[in-house]
Amino acid sequence: MITKIIVKKMTYRDSISLMKISDGLSKLSGVTQAAVVMATELNRRVLTEAGFKDAAIDRAASDDMIIAIEAKDEASRDSAFAETEKMLLSSNEKLAGVNSIPASLEEALGIIPEANLVVISVPGQFANREASRALARGLNVFIFSSNVSREDELSLKQMARGKRLLVMGPDCGTSIINHKVLGFGNTIREGSIGLVSASGTGLQEVATLIHKGGLGISQAIGTGGGDLSELVGGITMIQGIELLEADEQTRMIVLISKPPGPNTMKKVLKAVQQCKKPVIVNFLGAAVSQSMLGQHRAANTLEDAARVAFELSGIKPSSEEQGLSKETTLLGLAKHENLARSQTYIRGLFSGGTLCYESQVILEPLIGAVYSNAPINERNKVPGDVPSKNHACIDMGAEEFVAGRAHPMIDFSLRNMRILQEARDPETAVILLDVELGYGSNPDPAGQLVPVILKARDLAENYGRHLSFVASVVGTDGDFQGLAKQEKGLVDAGVLIMPTNVQATKLAAVIATGRSV
Amino acid sequence: MPANKTKNKQEKKKANLLGEQLKVVNIGISTFADDLRSQNVDVINVDWKPPAGGDTEMLKLLEKVGF
Repeated sequence: MITKIIVKKMTYRDSISLMKISDGLSKLSGVTQAAVVMATELNRRVLTEAGFKDAAIDRAASDDMIIAIEAKDEASRDSAFAETEKMLLSSNEKLAGVNSIPASLEEALGIIPEANLVVISVPGQFANREASRALARGLNVFIFSSNVSREDELSLKQMARGKRLLVMGPDCGTSIINHKVLGFGNTIREGSIGLVSASGTGLQEVATLIHKGGLGISQAIGTGGGDLSELVGGITMIQGIELLEADEQTRMIVLISKPPGPNTMKKVLKAVQQCKKPVIVNFLGAAVSQSMLGQHRAANTLEDAARVAFELSGIKPSSEEQGLSKETTLLGLAKHENLARSQTYIRGLFSGGTLCYESQVILEPLIGAVYSNAPINERNKVPGDVPSKNHACIDMGAEEFVAGRAHPMIDFSLRNMRILQEARDPETAVILLDVELGYGSNPDPAGQLVPVILKARDLAENYGRHLSFVASVVGTDGDFQGLAKQEKGLVDAGVLIMPTNVQATKLAAVIATGRSV
Repeated sequence: MPANKTKNKQEKKKANLLGEQLKVVNIGISTFADDLRSQNVDVINVDWKPPAGGDTEMLKLLEKVGF
């Protein structure tokens, strides 16, 4: 094998464009491995682990681009490099569209002066600068970028509130505004349920369950994960409640978040109490007393939030209300009987951070401590990038996995490596996964997962172990990947597919423990 | 129309993104612009590059002097 590494100084492309170029190169004849990445610490480590060792990699700065190619011969390597240059050039031309390529917000506004929203997904250290400029020009902002300080977030949101503008984010995975999806999100029927969510995948899970049950949404406003911190105080969530209360199409409002700090919870619940439309409050795992809610409702899980929305709409939901069906429980118990003696633990590998959190909320009362890089109890915190021990739920979308890389909803490489790592561990009984469809996500998640799942199962079988896979698919029949096709692909590979993350988690618990839940 | 009335109208327009036709400037991941375009949203993509060559310290200095 021949490897070659080139570092292009101060050359930037976004992580998704580079992932697509890397994928294209990997498929070329004679190329055994290829990666085109920004030289973040994470990417440099992943390259080294993949066998690319070169002092130039160690020397590269985070604003440099690394092209690393391993090929069978010199000719294949050289043609891959030539192809890389072509792809980088064509991604530049694509940016251009027709004639002019604006290089800044100001130039873009010269072309589209009536703009009312700026979508920002630049590396976190630059996001505040772009967002401030947008707000100064009277524009609403959607900030996908993470790694923005809480202080900067507060200052942006205070500025926005003063100008009666909306800042969705930072770290905002999705919003659906006027039935248009921003960031990662699903195709959802139009309807009368409005969502305000501090969680991207939480919003996706509730919206898709609403769609699957026959209802639809009016608006879905993402606030970003930090909005309900004590410092920021839920500014965007409270603005969202007020906007949806005034919105004619919205008849009820669902709020979704991990548990806020106590002062922020009081502020948000005060806004809820003042709202004249019914509100369903889902602060995953946090106790919200009825006295704090008035006539409004609480929900414990994302599944429960959708269930209450159906109940208030007078419709019986399609998903089960509580627990698992008898058939599913029996299936789980049968899988437990197949386990080898060493196979004890659940290993949840999530691309959705809030689904990771929700699973822990479900699991801890059933099976005890669950270790996580994004734990519900700080005492159970473990680094995400070390091998799992005991029961574990890992948020693969956390900062340590995404610095300079595309999100695991689109780039499956790190989660797939982790699946194989878990399969080699004799203590792994069941691997729990989430799969998100829709805009922004990988065009064929099942196609990414199935070969790895089959390989993982073979690895375990070689040692006399039977490894179970349980998953839920967050998607709708309108998503371009095809919900039915994706689920079938996974089912054909032996994955047990459940309609919600809650139910997938409960089935994983039955398989691991041999007890019904 | 009196100036303050025009201003109020602009403020009201600003206040509620909901119900307005989205017109978007996309800065960063270019596929977000592609996805919006496929939903028939007017969007323009900025060919963004890290300012000050990605040097955040230099950027702070430049911002201090008004760049």
